[in-house]
Amino acid sequence: MKKIRKILERFVEGILTVSGAITTITILLIVVFLFREGLGLFNSPSVEKGYNLCVNASNPVLHLSSVDIMEIFDYEATNWKEFGGADEEIVPFRFEEIFDRYPEEEMGENYELLPVRLGEAIASTPGIIAFVPQEYTPEGMDGVKVLLNDKITPSDFFGGKQWIPTATPAPQFGTLPLILGTLLVSFVAILIALPLGLGVAIYMSELASNRMRSFLKPTIELLAGIPSVVYGFFGLVVLVPLIQKVFNLPVGETAFAGSIVLAIMALPTIITVAEDAMRNTPRAMREASLALGATHWQTIYRVIIPYAGSGISAAVVLGIGRAIGETMAVLMVTGNAAVMPHSLFEPVRTIPATIAAELGEAPAGGPHYQALFMLGCVLFIITMIISVTAEAISKRESNKGL
Amino acid sequence: MTGKRTNQKIAFWIFRILGLVVVAILFWILGFIIYHGAGVINWKFLTTAPTDGMTGGGIFPAIVGTFCLIIGSMIVAFPLGVMSAIYTTEYAGNGKIVKFIRVMTNNLGSIPSIIFGLFGMALFVNTLGFGDSIIAGSFTLGLLALPLVIRTTEEALKAVPDSYRTGSLALGATKLQTIWRVVLPSAFPNITTGLILSIGRVSGETAPILFTAAAYFLPKLPSSIYDQVMALPYHLYVIATSGTDLEATRPIAYGTALVLIIIVLGMNLLASFMRRHFGKKVKTN
Repeated sequence: MKKIRKILERFVEGILTVSGAITTITILLIVVFLFREGLGLFNSPSVEKGYNLCVNASNPVLHLSSVDIMEIFDYEATNWKEFGGADEEIVPFRFEEIFDRYPEEEMGENYELLPVRLGEAIASTPGIIAFVPQEYTPEGMDGVKVLLNDKITPSDFFGGKQWIPTATPAPQFGTLPLILGTLLVSFVAILIALPLGLGVAIYMSELASNRMRSFLKPTIELLAGIPSVVYGFFGLVVLVPLIQKVFNLPVGETAFAGSIVLAIMALPTIITVAEDAMRNTPRAMREASLALGATHWQTIYRVIIPYAGSGISAAVVLGIGRAIGETMAVLMVTGNAAVMPHSLFEPVRTIPATIAAELGEAPAGGPHYQALFMLGCVLFIITMIISVTAEAISKRESNKGL
Repeated sequence: MTGKRTNQKIAFWIFRILGLVVVAILFWILGFIIYHGAGVINWKFLTTAPTDGMTGGGIFPAIVGTFCLIIGSMIVAFPLGVMSAIYTTEYAGNGKIVKFIRVMTNNLGSIPSIIFGLFGMALFVNTLGFGDSIIAGSFTLGLLALPLVIRTTEEALKAVPDSYRTGSLALGATKLQTIWRVVLPSAFPNITTGLILSIGRVSGETAPILFTAAAYFLPKLPSSIYDQVMALPYHLYVIATSGTDLEATRPIAYGTALVLIIIVLGMNLLASFMRRHFGKKVKTN
């Protein structure tokens, strides 16, 4: 009987040990699944899946980047010279246009002659670039060259300035506007939240009476507890029209609106962490300063704030972390235009908002889906760096206390 | 000398005003939503489904859905979180392993909720094949709530005086018996407080359920854990941003926001009330 109980206890303790690792396991799983889905992007062709680009065999061009392809089909690039080819005008040719050149009858009963007709069209036009489905590609025909289907590269992804995931023939997965948009909105948010939060932290740790403090503490907890979608809704119905009116803008959904909402949302984090740091200033230091004839205010900004410096920096870092990862509120108030941000008073789009807005429409496993997961990886890495930095800063803090 | 004093006076007044600004922000947001939402909420609003393309009716299915997700996610997070906390406080001592686990728990807590959404979609919806469902959403939200459950449970366990443990062990109880019969019962009220806090957190989250559980509109209530559900935060998001007739849906959005706030902040207030109540009790012991 005793033996059975002992075995049972061992068993339960084993389960407890395993469950102790649950958070580590979860993080590992998150990493594995994010990267597994995301890294597939760099194996995807830069041309839409299931299609090829064909040029005339006389054309010396072998590679085109996804940006090149988009410019060609948007008629922005018009001469092969720009891509290292001959001085020849580019003739973009979409698959459907074949039906303008040949009557239906010449395609064969089940379109089995379609590749032949496409081949003829390509061979007869020196400057052509044709966007055709793989199954109809006139491969191996005289006068036709199938362009090498390059893969999407990390430099396309991180350096590209255009995010147009549904563009044909070449979807654009340049994340630069999203990354810059995220940084802009979060940075301005911290710029707003920091003086406000620091001031409140000083007030709470140094000036407020006990009664005032016991009123402010729960207030800040409540502020932290409001769901982000409610912040977004409030921003949408109150701040957005207000900003539009005050700054006389065509639309109120701007980076600035996002920054204000994020600033409010980051406030509780900043206040709590900074206040803790200031309260931890040793009494002896305060009293020494006061005894030397410094005023309370001088003591605060010459002694307490420098002493609490690393705690305050941890507050800033954590506040940034909160702002960068915030999804719903930003999604609802920033207007979501995936363009390079030029000013605070234009719509921008952040990384989390992009994921939230587009993942529902991206077919699972496609390049768009993979690109969104890759964005998730970027966001994950950013927040991990932030959280490790905050950890390191507060470690320095606790060492100083000894 | 007088300059010093004036500086101090100015600085302190600025800080007082900043303190008031924060209070004002909270009251502005709450007041605004209560002002516009209070008139919308009535029995019918709470107990009927949306009608006329979301411009009429109530939010009953969204309340039910949020309720399902709360229960589901707590079934996932609560046992796991409590067991994990028992391990770190009662078994693991104070070595490197515990430090590592703590760092990992903190890191998990700092991961943005949209990442949980991505992860939940990849693992539960696609790989495990749950589809958009209560179960997929519950797992996703449960993992999101895990760090909070662990942290509050750890605090609750640490608040149990060591004399309880040594007393029980001295009477010949095994370690596990001590934990089960002595430590957990006396930590129970504080663990419950943590559970309530986690419910508050989970019920307001939108991003994790966007792709794992939430539906725009469902004509009937969920009948199994493999069904999609409507949920309050997602409902607020969609009717605030993508309705065809924003003017007509606004009152419903205010009402939904108010119900959501009442649930979330109600949970927070309940938790802080319990913390104060039970905190005193432990002291008098």
